[in-house]
Amino acid sequence: MIPLSHFLTLGAVLFGLSIAGIFLNRKNIIIILMSIELMLLAVNMNFVAFSYFLDDTAGQVFVFFILTVAAAEAAIGLAILVVLFRTRGTINVGDLDQLQG
Amino acid sequence: MDLKLIIFWVFSLVLIGAAIGVITTRNPVQAALFLVLAFVNSSIIWMLMEAEFLAITLVLVYVGAVMVLFLFVVMMLDVNLVPLREGFTRYLPVGGLVTAAIVLQMVLLIRVKWVDATQYAQPLPKPADYSNTEALGMALYTDYLFQFEVAAVILLVAIIAAIALTMRRRPLTKYQRPAEQVLVRKADRLRVVQVNSEDNQNPAVMSNYAAASPTVAPGDTSVDGAIDDATEQGAKP
Repeated sequence: MIPLSHFLTLGAVLFGLSIAGIFLNRKNIIIILMSIELMLLAVNMNFVAFSYFLDDTAGQVFVFFILTVAAAEAAIGLAILVVLFRTRGTINVGDLDQLQG
Repeated sequence: MDLKLIIFWVFSLVLIGAAIGVITTRNPVQAALFLVLAFVNSSIIWMLMEAEFLAITLVLVYVGAVMVLFLFVVMMLDVNLVPLREGFTRYLPVGGLVTAAIVLQMVLLIRVKWVDATQYAQPLPKPADYSNTEALGMALYTDYLFQFEVAAVILLVAIIAAIALTMRRRPLTKYQRPAEQVLVRKADRLRVVQVNSEDNQNPAVMSNYAAASPTVAPGDTSVDGAIDDATEQGAKP
């Protein structure tokens, strides 16, 4: 049988890797968006694990809503990315300095 | 070591490898494909936790829709990859340090501080006719009905926002305006010309009439009649 701590550790490692992804690829918005998706996956892993071990469906309902919001976020984020590329011609985070005073 | 534990180890190691691939690969297309691998592996791990509906949803929604969207965007944008990679090695030490600290803290919390987690009581096996989808549906449509409807509204807002953000009007594009099309009347489109039959003997003048030239004054007969008349007259001589 798989203990609960295995699933929680897997979620923690995934979360840490996605944080590292945001650190390492801080110039590339696409990879940052993918890292955010990975982060949400790690959180969902914990929710499903607790739902299984506490025998409560509420955890899975939460995962359902997180999936919904993550899909909406990805769609809007990519739409913003497309508009950004159309107007600025680049998606390099270093070049996006129009808002600085 | 039973079979479930072996499956867990195999797929979680592949999952962690795929996650490392996502954050280290040079090519965004490869990163998206690594992310697909990560989602498929984690859906198998969710299957181990008897969350079958969510496992299938993860594959259908994420691999089938969201990642395809990512791939579309990555391939549509002509991205110069070289400047996007700069600073990768510069931020590697600090990123690794922060990540190691966070993971170490969480693992210490899970495995040392909260020892219970390592030998938490396994849940009782479900009866044979238990359906995860049915249980989830029962919860969604009774206790969480309002939240479910709010989720639907969020998706609608996402659709509208994505379309509104990416839609652009180009000056040269031609559009139909149905509201104006149904309001149009015969008098707006038809110009009635009076044709003098003697002039039609000359082919040059006749072609002018056929093109409904503006030199002809409007009269009572219809344009169709005038053009037919002109072609007949032109064929005869």
